Amino acid sequence: MSAITVFVPKDSAARSVGADRVAIAIAHEATKYGIDLTLVRNGSRGALWLEPLVEVATDRGRTAYGPVRVEDVPSLFSADFHLGGKHPLSLGLTDEITWLARQDRVTFARVGIVDPLSLADYEAHGGLAGLRRALSMAREEIISEVIDSGLRGRGGAGFPAGIKWRTVLQTTGDHKYICCNADEGDSGTFADRMLIEGDPFTLLEGMTIAAIAVGAVEGVIYVRSEYPDAIETLRQAIDIAREQGWLGKSVLGSLHVFDIRIRVGAGSYVCGEETAMLESIEGKRGVVRSKPPLPAICGLFGQPTVINNVLTLASVPAILAGGAVAYQARGVGRSTGTQVFQLAGNIARGGIVETRFGVTLDTLINDFGAGALTRRPVRAVQIGGPLGAYFSTSLFDLSMDYESLLAAGGMLGHGGVVVFDESVDMAVQAKFAMEFCALESCGKCTPCRLGSTRGAETIEKIINGLDLEGNKKLLLDLCEVMTDGSLCAMGGLTPLPVRSAMLHFAEDFGSRTGAAR
Amino acid sequence: MSLVPWSKEAALRILATMCDEPGPILICLQALQAEFGYIPEDAVAFVADACNVSRADVHGVLTYYHDLRTSVPPQSSIRICVAEACQAVGSRELVTAAEGAFGTTLGAPNDLVEIESAYCFGNCALGPAAMVDHQLIGRASLEKLLAAVQGDEDK
Ligand SMILES: Cc1cc2nc3c(=O)[nH]c(=O)nc-3n(C[C@H](O)[C@H](O)[C@H](O)COP(=O)(O)O)c2cc1C
Ligand code: SF4
Ligand code: FES
Repeated sequence: MSAITVFVPKDSAARSVGADRVAIAIAHEATKYGIDLTLVRNGSRGALWLEPLVEVATDRGRTAYGPVRVEDVPSLFSADFHLGGKHPLSLGLTDEITWLARQDRVTFARVGIVDPLSLADYEAHGGLAGLRRALSMAREEIISEVIDSGLRGRGGAGFPAGIKWRTVLQTTGDHKYICCNADEGDSGTFADRMLIEGDPFTLLEGMTIAAIAVGAVEGVIYVRSEYPDAIETLRQAIDIAREQGWLGKSVLGSLHVFDIRIRVGAGSYVCGEETAMLESIEGKRGVVRSKPPLPAICGLFGQPTVINNVLTLASVPAILAGGAVAYQARGVGRSTGTQVFQLAGNIARGGIVETRFGVTLDTLINDFGAGALTRRPVRAVQIGGPLGAYFSTSLFDLSMDYESLLAAGGMLGHGGVVVFDESVDMAVQAKFAMEFCALESCGKCTPCRLGSTRGAETIEKIINGLDLEGNKKLLLDLCEVMTDGSLCAMGGLTPLPVRSAMLHFAEDFGSRTGAAR
Repeated sequence: MSLVPWSKEAALRILATMCDEPGPILICLQALQAEFGYIPEDAVAFVADACNVSRADVHGVLTYYHDLRTSVPPQSSIRICVAEACQAVGSRELVTAAEGAFGTTLGAPNDLVEIESAYCFGNCALGPAAMVDHQLIGRASLEKLLAAVQGDEDK
């Protein structure tokens, strides 16, 4: 390896704003000046507002420059950036960038730092320590460790991961499965994608630990088709893990058999619901199953199945490596550990903010996010994806944890925080929630399938100022029917954004209607 | 996009490689679409035979998923994210502008392009997000979309 190492992210968000072209320009310029440098395509550090973020390894640590455009590359070389030289785009040492330094990276500890497909790099940064420890433990001990950590599902429902695993362990089956839910359909969320693209081995390690704990022999990762780069990275990571004797007939030389395959989604939001996901993996229409039976007892192809989100599984190696106590010490109340928040929408400094639970919404949006991208006042925030509640700025001191959000009439979901400035029309947002439900409903329950269409029509009438009081009452009744009469959270929680918009932004459902819009 | 023209022989060759997988219907359809760009109605019977399931089963899957298409794709596909985070930074306005510039409307392709709405590409901090063919575009603008369709990436 040459003495100079330059990092240019290969994360698809970084690529979407020109990282590939910057990487090519850097390689080109280096050749021109006869500078021998190694270019590493890392994951993103998560400060997406600084992408493309270029880093150089120096004696003092990695120094950062960003956001770098192709036009900036010649001047970076004139400033000897490859030796850590000063430039108008200098951001100093990456680890000292306040936005990153204030975070508590556990699940995302390696993302952006390692070469995503180098197993040597992975191990040098603590990878496989959790799995090696798990291999020396009894099944019950592994599960106890996960239960003691307090780790709850990061996909939406927040169910304790270890309890689910225990059910699968206690159920007999000759071909148990670990299914990883990488469908990440919520608008405003991208943490699963970034983890997979930036540190895929962590997910594979988490799944392998889960498999050993419950006695599963096969893993399936269900990734949405909108994530082609993540799919490609996973394919390569799985191949490497097989070649290196980690996946396959003998996990790291032990008696455990475990292999992982990938299934790609086909553009259906509801296939993120766990039983619809199982149907889709079985190659069928992604229609929600009724429970019971629980997937833990009768899941994929009728076998006991652990279903967990990417972030849930990717948190497991750190818990096994560092112990339950260290993880559990973070957070508040029953929300233990860290949450990977995703700042999105109209936000000046968006990206991944991993912190302990209990941070306030204000800290996330104003301190990390620096307010709206448009520099206009923030008016609304939607937390937890399309089924999550809209909040106004009056709730900005809200503590971000499972219980507080629930008490405030919302939910954490997958940790997406979508910001809107004052130009937003909340009746239009409420209407979209209903339209999205109509579009994505699996069709099994009438309140969800038809109620959503009626809901959108009713909001349209409110927007046009027709019989305001009558239609608002009708809408609330409809919301109640959907909440009570839906099999899954698609129909059951669509009323959440609608009702919260009506509650916190009543003016958009009245005086601003009709010609005033 | 370099796609292979539809042929029964090529389709059967693909199906033979995957029809023994557990739960094969969806992956068979996805594989055909990856090769030919779409799934013609004829294919339903071949998939049903290869997987040993009924045509109704295959048809049910084919019509359920948004990704699967039964018509020949146009030269370029522009998918604009219209989910909440991108709405917050003007994706609705971008759709309108693109419709005007390319002379089509959502879901009504002309010979050259097709504009479709999409729901999240996982690029929600750098919206509006769009996908032109297989290229993800962040902070998308009409200029960037035009440049991508013309294959001029330097814009
Ligand atoms: C309509 C709908 C969509 C969902 N989408 C996802 C998703 O994209 N990813 C995910 O992990 N969980 C999603 N869930 C939650 C899953 O059903 C399930 O609770 C989760 O995958 C379990 O993993 P966890 O316990 O690790 O969170 C969705 C639920 C519903 C009702
Ligand atoms: S609530 Fe909607 S998506 Fe969920 S099962 Fe019923 S119809 Fe399907
Ligand atoms: S909401 Fe548009 S990319 Fe996620």
